Amino acid sequence: MALGKEEVEQIAHLARVAVDADDIPDYARNLSDILDFVEQMNAVDTADVEPMAHPLDMAQRLREDEVSEPDQRERFQAIAPAVEAGLYLVPKVID
Amino acid sequence: MHEKTIAELAAGLKAGEFSSEELTRSFLERIERLDGGLNCYITVTAEAALEQAREADRRIAAGEAGPLTGVPIAHKDIFCTEGVRTSCGSRMLDNFTAPYDATAVARLKEAGAVMLGKTNMDEFAMGSSNETSFYGPVKNPWDTAAVPGGSSGGSAAAVASRLAPGATGTDTGGSIRQPAALCGITGLKPTYGRVSRWGMIAFASSLDQGGPMARTAEDCALLLSGMAGFDRRDSTSAERDVPDYTATLGDDLKGLKIGVPTEYFGEGLDPEVKQAVQTAIEQYKGLGAEVVEVSLPHNELSVPTYYVVAPAECSSNLSRYDGVRFGHRCDDPQGLEDLYKRSRGEGFGPEVKRRILVGTYALSAGYFDAYYLKAQKMRRLISDDFRKAFEQVDVIMGPTAPTAAFDIGAKTDDPVQMYLSDLYTIAVNLAGLPAISVPAGFAGGRPTGLQIIGNYFDEARLLNVAHQYQQATDWHKRTPEGF
Repeated sequence: MALGKEEVEQIAHLARVAVDADDIPDYARNLSDILDFVEQMNAVDTADVEPMAHPLDMAQRLREDEVSEPDQRERFQAIAPAVEAGLYLVPKVID
Repeated sequence: MHEKTIAELAAGLKAGEFSSEELTRSFLERIERLDGGLNCYITVTAEAALEQAREADRRIAAGEAGPLTGVPIAHKDIFCTEGVRTSCGSRMLDNFTAPYDATAVARLKEAGAVMLGKTNMDEFAMGSSNETSFYGPVKNPWDTAAVPGGSSGGSAAAVASRLAPGATGTDTGGSIRQPAALCGITGLKPTYGRVSRWGMIAFASSLDQGGPMARTAEDCALLLSGMAGFDRRDSTSAERDVPDYTATLGDDLKGLKIGVPTEYFGEGLDPEVKQAVQTAIEQYKGLGAEVVEVSLPHNELSVPTYYVVAPAECSSNLSRYDGVRFGHRCDDPQGLEDLYKRSRGEGFGPEVKRRILVGTYALSAGYFDAYYLKAQKMRRLISDDFRKAFEQVDVIMGPTAPTAAFDIGAKTDDPVQMYLSDLYTIAVNLAGLPAISVPAGFAGGRPTGLQIIGNYFDEARLLNVAHQYQQATDWHKRTPEGF
């Protein structure tokens, strides 16, 4: 699978990662190499194989629906880039 | 004192031959003097270490000491440590001071272990050479032109150079075992779910597992006993008792059945590494083990499979770094999308971006079945290979890595070549099995490792099998010159 410039830009947009225009050709080449490499998987017929999502066939544990963690908002917001009145600040989203 | 193993240090502390404060000072002095040339540590927590050491000395004096009380160790900078920068080797988290301790860190702290600092690593644990770290590459103490392996390269190099007697690491595709092999130390990747992932910064959640790195299997047993166990905060933590991993170290190996996979000795394996590993397996026969050939027919496809599963999970896990709640934020964002894109574009290095992009692509509409679903099916086949092999044998042995440490810069331009350095380690993560790497000789003057793979939750046996080898050999006692 060879990826072109537009495809790399589209993937970078989906991932919300800014990529310098100068670096796009390198990413296109590297990603194409990686996709070619992983496509070696196609050598094996897996039509009847059950997918394995997790190494141990374990069920999700359930617990009572009760508060088990203390409120640590101030601690967690102390490391945030921008907060005000207990809220995280982001650029204006609605004009 | 730095020449001693953790077991010997524990005995010395207990007997009052030296205090934890003296011991900690001696390691801090070595780090100060020697780490400049190696770059093992991202952060050294000297003051906190001395405070913990004095507290440990009080516990020892009061007769309340356990086997790790007062023993200095280092943590890979992927484990959250309260009040201490936890960078994960990334510019993204260069300004991140963790608000809590990871469970593994908290348990070792309760056991009285003293934290010397946080070790260097590939950015977000994505790399096999430690060259993707925002803080610069780590150098291999056996040859400073060589990489230490990765991603737990700082921990491996610190233990090898006696800048810590033991350290924590994490292993998603070989990140404990491969650097252990390349630095000539012992490193254990436990069964998936054995050590809590809570507070361990996530890379690929169905593969990530923390574990110990030290000079000997005995020391790994001591550290694992301190780290392992059920944690309700980790939804995939195993609800199983933790045995005393040191209790069975002395068991003899008569009748042990060792499986040797033909696929581990094919193309790409360095002849000197092959020779070292075959010699080690021969020595096991002398210890009473029986060796049989086994087959892992899908091993070759484990690397392609992994490079779908791991990037897919990484792209999802790393979506949390958005410049809003913590971590790097770009200057002067023009709208929310610009904030996300530039914060992430500036915060992540090239290899992390590559994996996010591959994962995003593999999970995107129209490609999911061809990549992610296909990889999950391959994962089943790879796992079934091991299940069949373990019907015949107790452990599987082979090389940890196909070559000894390569030179810094040798593979940085070719991601696929770099990925192949994990050819023998990755399948173990896909299956969720435990495996240990032990020093087994040298190739071209650089260390090489023997990998021993066990069945699920069979860590005690792996440690026993590794310990018995270390009673009969002295590769694990070799020290790089100048350290």
